[in-house]
Amino acid sequence: MSDGVDSKNRKLVTKLVLIAIAMFGFGYALVPIYDVFCDITGLNGKTNTDAVLETQYQVDKTREIKVEFVTSVNKSAPMTFRAENNKIVVHPGQFYTVNFYAENLTDKKMVAQAIPSVSPGLASEYFKKTECFCFTEQVFEPGESKTMPVRFVVEPNLPEQYKTITLSYTFFDNTDKSVKN
Amino acid sequence: MSAVVTEHDDHHEHDHDHGPSKGLLRWLITTNHKDIGTLYLLFALAMFFVGGAMALVIRAELFEPGLQFVQPQFFNSMTTMHALVMVFGAVMPAFVGLANWMIPMMIGAPDMALPRMNNMSFWLLVAGVLMLASTLFMEGGAPASGWTLYPPLVLQTGAALPFAIFSVHLLGISSIMGAINIIATIFNMRAPAMTLMKMPLFVWTWLITAFLLIAIMPVFAGAVTMLLTDRFFGTSFFDAAGGGDPVLYQHIFWFFGHPEVYVMILPTFGVASTIIPVFARKPLFGYSSMVYATAAIAFLSFIVWAHHMFTVGMPIAGELYFMYATMLIAIPTGVKVFNWTATMWKGSMTFETPMLFSIAFVVLFTMGGFTGLMMSVAPSDFQYHDTYFIVAHFHYTLVPASIFILMAAGYFWLPKWTGHMYDEKIGKLHFWLSAISVNILFFPQHFLGLAGMPRRIPDYAVQFADWNMVSSIGAFIFGFSQLLFLWIVVKTIKGGTGEVVTDEVWEDASKHGLEWTLPSPPPYHTFTTPPEIVPTEHF
Repeated sequence: MSDGVDSKNRKLVTKLVLIAIAMFGFGYALVPIYDVFCDITGLNGKTNTDAVLETQYQVDKTREIKVEFVTSVNKSAPMTFRAENNKIVVHPGQFYTVNFYAENLTDKKMVAQAIPSVSPGLASEYFKKTECFCFTEQVFEPGESKTMPVRFVVEPNLPEQYKTITLSYTFFDNTDKSVKN
Repeated sequence: MSAVVTEHDDHHEHDHDHGPSKGLLRWLITTNHKDIGTLYLLFALAMFFVGGAMALVIRAELFEPGLQFVQPQFFNSMTTMHALVMVFGAVMPAFVGLANWMIPMMIGAPDMALPRMNNMSFWLLVAGVLMLASTLFMEGGAPASGWTLYPPLVLQTGAALPFAIFSVHLLGISSIMGAINIIATIFNMRAPAMTLMKMPLFVWTWLITAFLLIAIMPVFAGAVTMLLTDRFFGTSFFDAAGGGDPVLYQHIFWFFGHPEVYVMILPTFGVASTIIPVFARKPLFGYSSMVYATAAIAFLSFIVWAHHMFTVGMPIAGELYFMYATMLIAIPTGVKVFNWTATMWKGSMTFETPMLFSIAFVVLFTMGGFTGLMMSVAPSDFQYHDTYFIVAHFHYTLVPASIFILMAAGYFWLPKWTGHMYDEKIGKLHFWLSAISVNILFFPQHFLGLAGMPRRIPDYAVQFADWNMVSSIGAFIFGFSQLLFLWIVVKTIKGGTGEVVTDEVWEDASKHGLEWTLPSPPPYHTFTTPPEIVPTEHF
């Protein structure tokens, strides 16, 4: 093979290998891109996981929105977890507090993290929580039961087509992973 | 032209340095594109039977309701391993094998651009597939989460998980090296007369496929690496408890996965576009539109991935975008089907085995395309999702498409590769058995899916029993018919029918491609000096 082809090959192969490495990086770049994209658009129903400040809204007494609460425990971790009420009817702009109840069924200390999700996804940006047990990990002493309040508001600018919003929580047992333990 | 060829032939006879090494070591250390092509093709054929045996385990279990032969965990391992072995062990290597054998001969090059890397990419493939197969014997069994390896299910795999992931890494590196080699060969090694728009369609489709591979295999490697660190190093890419999102995996996977299915179908299009003109005795209709359609399909493959996940809870805008973008693919694909049909139109057609398989491909692939179009409609997809309808769809686009075209390629080029003629009668028997049984096998799965039978289950409700039985009968006829192909390959290598094979093998084939201007079988080294004229019948 002539030297000309050899050096052409070397240049081309270098470029192609760089493309392959760049695409490996792109796979990882998709992780933050996805988060930012979902954050902006609210596409995947992720709701705020840090507290927002309580602000005053104009309460819209003419509109009624049904808010449903769904609870589940991942991988049947040894705990009970339920909402005090399955659903309430709210007016946009007004703040409400609802209670959730969880109990550690073991005789060991347990660290658990609740992950919230709002459906329909596009309604999630109008659903704001000022107080939630999901903002931090929850530590349960052996056999401890807790009543945990959630304070939230549905913003008045929620588009007309949404009549029902479902807030779902899943508790994950993080005892093994938790650094606090 | 023939003068050039004769010169090569004589050159070969007297040149002792450039022959193959003796004994088994020849196959281990070879850097010859023909040897490596043969290795790839034989390995792919072997894996075709391994993956096929796994499929028969699945169909045997599904022959009637209830659990007969295997446990659910093993059943799910079989569906997963069948898919991985067929995709990464059979179809992709078979096309790389064809690329190795044919691309240098089609573009008038003496060999692949990077022969030693070529050898390495083959042996990495073998290592990767062996590592994947070894997971079958590990504690906790082979991966059983489906070939998509979705978390969190896949993270429950036992000892096999890291091995499956590393095998994906090896297979990915092997594919990327193969792809780089093919691109370098096509860009830098063409005979001077072989301009880009004179290249045979098979070369064109492989060039585009190789770029797809370089773009997507690293992304898949990244996705499985994230699985690995999620499981063993405490990261939370896909773990909701740590702030991750399992749906993210599906996005990354299908960003790889959708172009990946075109990696298996684009070279199929290329081979079909090579075979049909020869037996229609006409130039390929619409050569340049074929090139542009291939490029268009490749481009579209990157922007439609979420049509695999319409049911994850996307907002309506997302569903609409992915629905319409997916429907667009039907246009360049339709151009291709039109062109193949127009190539046959008023041609002096003969129906040798490669042509039969190619015609069956055009008809049956189109059916697979139509069911794909049905599923591109997001609201309807909710009914079809994860049922046997999707199983029927992608098997129509892979078995009577990619596999049939690989069979066609085998029959088409075996006389060239070996210098012997295969047995046309047995070939036709193989075709008819395959073409009929493949429909008995997969057509009823459309009905099962529409009736609501989920995929990836070892047991099912009794109302699905009849069509499952029909499908399983088809599966066994299809599976055992493929042994005829094995028999034909072995017999042809050993001397075939004894019929004299000319250089061009098929009537006037030398008008269609450079490979037919070489002797049958071609000498170990061909086109050490580039040919001066190239055939122009393909455009």
